[in-house]
Amino acid sequence: MLKRIAVAVTALSLASVTGCGDTGDGEASPASGGRTLTVFAAASLTETFTALGAAFEGSHPGLKVRFNFGGSSTLAKQITEGAPADVFAAASPATMKPVTDDGAASGPPRVFARNRLVIAVPKDDPGKIHGLPDLTGPTLKVVLCAEQVPCGAAAKKAAAAAGVTIRPVSQEQDVKAVLTKVRLGEADAGLVYRSDVKAASPQVKGIEFAESAKAINDYPIAALAKAPQPGPAGEFVRLVLSQQGRTVLTGAGFESP
Amino acid sequence: MSGLDARLVVRRGAFDLDLELAAAPGEVVALLGPNGAGKSTALRALAGLVAMAGGHIRVDGADLRPLPAERRGIGMVFQDYLLFPHLSALDNVAFGPRCQGTGRRDARRIAAEWLDRVGLAGHAASRPRALSGGQAQRVALARALAVRPGLLLLDEPLAALDAHTRLEIRAALRRHLAGFEGAAVLVTHDPLDAMVLADRLVVLERGRLVQRGTPAEVARRPRTDYVARLVGLNLYRGRADGGTVAIEDGAGKLDTVDSLTGDVFLAFAPSAVALYRTRPDGSPRNLWRARVAAIERQGDRVRVQLDGPPFAASADVTPGAVAELGLAEGSLVWAAVKATETHVYPA
Amino acid sequence: MLLLPALAGLAFLVLPLVGLLVRAPWSTLGTRLAEPQVLEALRLSLVSATLATVLCLLLGVPLAWLLARVPFPGARVVRALVTVPLVLPPVVGGVALLLVLGRRGLVGGWLDSAFGLTLPFTTAGVVLAETFVAMPFLVISVEGALRAADLRFEEAAATLGATRWTIFRRVTLPLVAPGVAAGAILCWARALGEFGATITFAGNFPGRTQTMPLAVYLALETDPQAAIVLSLVLLAVSVVVLAALRDRWVSAS
Repeated sequence: MLKRIAVAVTALSLASVTGCGDTGDGEASPASGGRTLTVFAAASLTETFTALGAAFEGSHPGLKVRFNFGGSSTLAKQITEGAPADVFAAASPATMKPVTDDGAASGPPRVFARNRLVIAVPKDDPGKIHGLPDLTGPTLKVVLCAEQVPCGAAAKKAAAAAGVTIRPVSQEQDVKAVLTKVRLGEADAGLVYRSDVKAASPQVKGIEFAESAKAINDYPIAALAKAPQPGPAGEFVRLVLSQQGRTVLTGAGFESP
Repeated sequence: MSGLDARLVVRRGAFDLDLELAAAPGEVVALLGPNGAGKSTALRALAGLVAMAGGHIRVDGADLRPLPAERRGIGMVFQDYLLFPHLSALDNVAFGPRCQGTGRRDARRIAAEWLDRVGLAGHAASRPRALSGGQAQRVALARALAVRPGLLLLDEPLAALDAHTRLEIRAALRRHLAGFEGAAVLVTHDPLDAMVLADRLVVLERGRLVQRGTPAEVARRPRTDYVARLVGLNLYRGRADGGTVAIEDGAGKLDTVDSLTGDVFLAFAPSAVALYRTRPDGSPRNLWRARVAAIERQGDRVRVQLDGPPFAASADVTPGAVAELGLAEGSLVWAAVKATETHVYPA
Repeated sequence: MLLLPALAGLAFLVLPLVGLLVRAPWSTLGTRLAEPQVLEALRLSLVSATLATVLCLLLGVPLAWLLARVPFPGARVVRALVTVPLVLPPVVGGVALLLVLGRRGLVGGWLDSAFGLTLPFTTAGVVLAETFVAMPFLVISVEGALRAADLRFEEAAATLGATRWTIFRRVTLPLVAPGVAAGAILCWARALGEFGATITFAGNFPGRTQTMPLAVYLALETDPQAAIVLSLVLLAVSVVVLAALRDRWVSAS
């Protein structure tokens, strides 16, 4: 029990550090003499993009890949405010839109992955959940993402498609927060992306539901117009879209577009 | 036995206090001693603010030692009064009665009476910081007396006052102490305060009693250098053999009119010492050659410190005499004391 | 010599506020403020920060007294533990609260099974999260005041027959009142701005656990202008309250 607590605390403190610590001003370190590719990517891409970044560095000697993982809308704001980034991978078309509207993307964004919602439950599943209608129980504690963030918008769409009204006890600020509450058993169920459940298993179980097809989320990626490293930026985007990229992403629970 | 009867034993590190103290009802005992002698510690032990390692405290027959400070029923006036800054003078005085269970209205009535008695009825609503030193002292006294204590303790009650206020407040304090029916213990290092206010003196040095008696007795017959300095006398220990005393720690002998034998104290006032530039005619019997160690003005007199051998002494002369004798530090003079001016008593 | 860095410090603190003011959508301010969600979040913020401050006073003042006045073995460690919420990232504080007071937490599990009481996702949970984060400010401030206070006033009170409790109530507390007030104000301000522990422990639900900082954070996701308006409201209310209280309590000492 204590060990589990310690692990959870450590995991969260790390999450908070990576979440807010690095603002990623994309400055190339002059001491290394090499070039640095700076990638802004949605937090849900942390594991997959880190793996792809390592592969990219392997095929590009002398090049370092630096990531700034965070909430997509925060990253978009940083880019439009002039943060020097080469590539932006967002968790939804809506959060990519301000960047393209601003003319900050070098071309039209490409969808490289899709993610679908699943019902996340604690591993002992106290609410005995089978599908979306089970989430309407009056004593059941359900947490969703806030409607302002992509996973919340998707949850709303899915619920509407299923014709159910879910009354959450909380509208969390992001997927990780929903997962935390489910993992600790504070919530009986939550709606998160399949890739997130995969990362959090086995403490969290994912339950697929048919209506999730109505709320599939596209992940767009774009090289940026003012990229300090335009060449490698395009190559990194191609890597993500390649077969190798797809393998890594589907292995983590994403779907191919 | 009524009044105070105590033996106070306190140990704190290297310091060690062991003092027997008694005071009859209505009697004021002054605890006198140099800094660090343990006067305040003794007072705090009586009040229950310092733990005792041994001894007893009885006030009017009741054993107070096992009781905490708040249940001893002892009134205390602190050196800088410690009036509660957030309470008015009236509420400061009413604090004790309130703690004793008196209702708010009655406590205030009692407090108002006490303020009236110390002449501060007009300052009932004043905060302590708006009061002068003398007024604050009287409020502190009223506050201590308002709990109707069986024993009143005063820690340097006049030390914080300037010379002028001190005179006035000393007289007022004397009146209030005279009206107090319980025993009172006063700590001071000022001999004048002690002489004016106390019925008896207890002199404490390094945690031990060194002398006790009425102010007149102590002043006339000091038994330690500290007391001698306090009352302004030259004091020597010596061995008497009829009319002559051989001074201890010195080569000299002094003739006296008292006829005693054995260990004695010998005292004389600095004003009894006459100084001469040359050996005087007629040769008084107690005459010696001395070196001037220091010259110091004291009021309208000049205090001249004389070095041994044969012994050190203080002499008081007029400023005119200093000029006439051409006194300076290091100069040599003849000093004389008449045998009739010395005072000898058993050690 | 000191003026230049002082002015630089002031500018550093004030300029971000100027930024908020410059970017604020003044023309639509009125209609945005009238939105019920805004008022609801503001009301919840004020109520929960005030309740948290009361709770901090009830628990923190005795704790400060214990630390300042009662020597006990391990006091040094306890003092360090008291400041833990200051250095702990608030989100971690929120998780720690979940682990203890959550439905499956060490204490929370018992509360749930014995009384059917669950704290996460409730306004009480918001108050607890804010209390956890804000209490060190009060304890440190009051402990400092207690250490600086002259113990002899308490001795004087004891000779007048006051018990320990009476002394604490009628002498000690009034003497350290400015320190308590300063601590309470800091505490309130910290509680009002609390975000991480609150959203982690109590979640985010309008009217129940969505305080102003949470509303600001979520508004930032979709409507940065609304976020600025909400921030300005929070700012204005806190500045007015703090200025009024400071003048009245802290400088009155």
